[in-house]
Amino acid sequence: MTTKYTKDHEYIRVEGDIGTVGITDYAQQQLGDVVFVELPAKGKKVAKGGEAAVVESVKAASEVYAPVSGEVVDVNAALEKSPATVNEDSTGKGWFLKLKLSNKAELDGLMSEADYQAYLKTIS
Amino acid sequence: MAEVASKIPLFKTPLHHAHVASGGKMVGFAGYDMPVQYPTGIITEHNWTRESAGLFDVSHMGQAYLIAADGQFETVAKAFETLVPADILSLAPGQQRYSQFLNDAGGILDDLMVTRPADPADSARLILVVNAGCKEQDYAHIAAKLPKGVTLQRRDNQALLALQGPKSAEVLSQFSPVAGMPFMTAFATHFDQIPVYISRSGYTGEDGYEISVAADEAGRLWGALLSDDRVKAIGLGARDSLRLEGGLCLYGHELDPTTSPVEAGLTWSIQKRRREGGGFPGAARIQKELRDGPSRLRVGIQPEGRQPAREGTEIFINGRKIGIVTSGGFGPSINGPVAMGYVDAAHSKIGTDVVLMVRGRELPAKISSMPAVPNRFYRIPKV
Repeated sequence: MTTKYTKDHEYIRVEGDIGTVGITDYAQQQLGDVVFVELPAKGKKVAKGGEAAVVESVKAASEVYAPVSGEVVDVNAALEKSPATVNEDSTGKGWFLKLKLSNKAELDGLMSEADYQAYLKTIS
Repeated sequence: MAEVASKIPLFKTPLHHAHVASGGKMVGFAGYDMPVQYPTGIITEHNWTRESAGLFDVSHMGQAYLIAADGQFETVAKAFETLVPADILSLAPGQQRYSQFLNDAGGILDDLMVTRPADPADSARLILVVNAGCKEQDYAHIAAKLPKGVTLQRRDNQALLALQGPKSAEVLSQFSPVAGMPFMTAFATHFDQIPVYISRSGYTGEDGYEISVAADEAGRLWGALLSDDRVKAIGLGARDSLRLEGGLCLYGHELDPTTSPVEAGLTWSIQKRRREGGGFPGAARIQKELRDGPSRLRVGIQPEGRQPAREGTEIFINGRKIGIVTSGGFGPSINGPVAMGYVDAAHSKIGTDVVLMVRGRELPAKISSMPAVPNRFYRIPKV
């Protein structure tokens, strides 16, 4: 299992050819209270960098982009009833969707945990 | 996730250091570096204000005096009535009114609070509070229109705090005799020996006060109020959700140079003498709208379900666009989406079914009554 990060503060936790996508703890802190999450339909194909979901705070709506290309094989429907889970546990119970990766080589272009932590220091 | 960054240098209020020290998340707003929230977050801050007392730094707003050289209230009042549709001449000492600067087409240049000072020694002046983002153009507009003998005096060294919520009166009463003040009145007093000017008004839909204080005393006042367990600091995020639930207009959203006070549902702020007599910019349009009804109206919009509809969302009936959302988000007190916008007057009836287009999908909604959360401004108990 390995976790990779994007500059837009999504994470993807990869096990085999399935990746679990969500937003980082930094991202949920920046958003503030999450009040609504719009999830894609299962079976939807998303391209790397394309819109995969939407997360809304009190203030604004933000897109969640697919870190890599793939097909949506599962979504975290529990977020529709309790969107605050994204604030409470963004990297655990607050995941958004699972992707069946169509091109695992795309993972190489993403940041490791250490790279992401270093990146956060450059933007804050 | 998408991100927006701003590199424009921002002004700081006299309380900036206090916000940073409290962990305020600072963002650019109307040219100022302001706390959008503190660590507990917007929902907690919002609910705290509805249940207890929230303290807001609104020092970014523009404070000014309008002064008549001849010492006569009538002189300054008449001059100001050429800019706004409110009845200024009838203001009693200590009375405050809400009004709008209008352009010649009856559109709103800014909205404002105007107070006639209670102290007879200040009888030839008006106290103005205008929006931060509009203040430079407001001051230029006022200066350009004033007759000789009336001058505008900016009060840039004055801070403004708002204490809002049902426990505001008991908190502030420990320091000043404010509990019995009628809504929309103001007076000069002291807070722990600091000279302050307190009005009973605000922008949350709750009972509360706005306190004008010299910038160099603002920190002491802020700290003293926050030391009360009933008081928490509240950021601009909750200020916005509170006013949105309270059905209160925000300049640049519900109000702009194309919008008239009648369309905006602010006819109550144009007193009878002015409706009939006119004498303010755009009076012809406003009197026509009062007579015939405006073509569009500000309304509440209640989306079905939990998805918010944001500013700019288009509103449809049977595939025909009838309006647009001007403010929309999540209302913590109603625990769901809340929105305001403009629709064609023919479709403005409460309960009308409409469709909102949100990210390319149809979201059912209804025209709803405003405010979404009833206002609880202070009313003097009836004997």
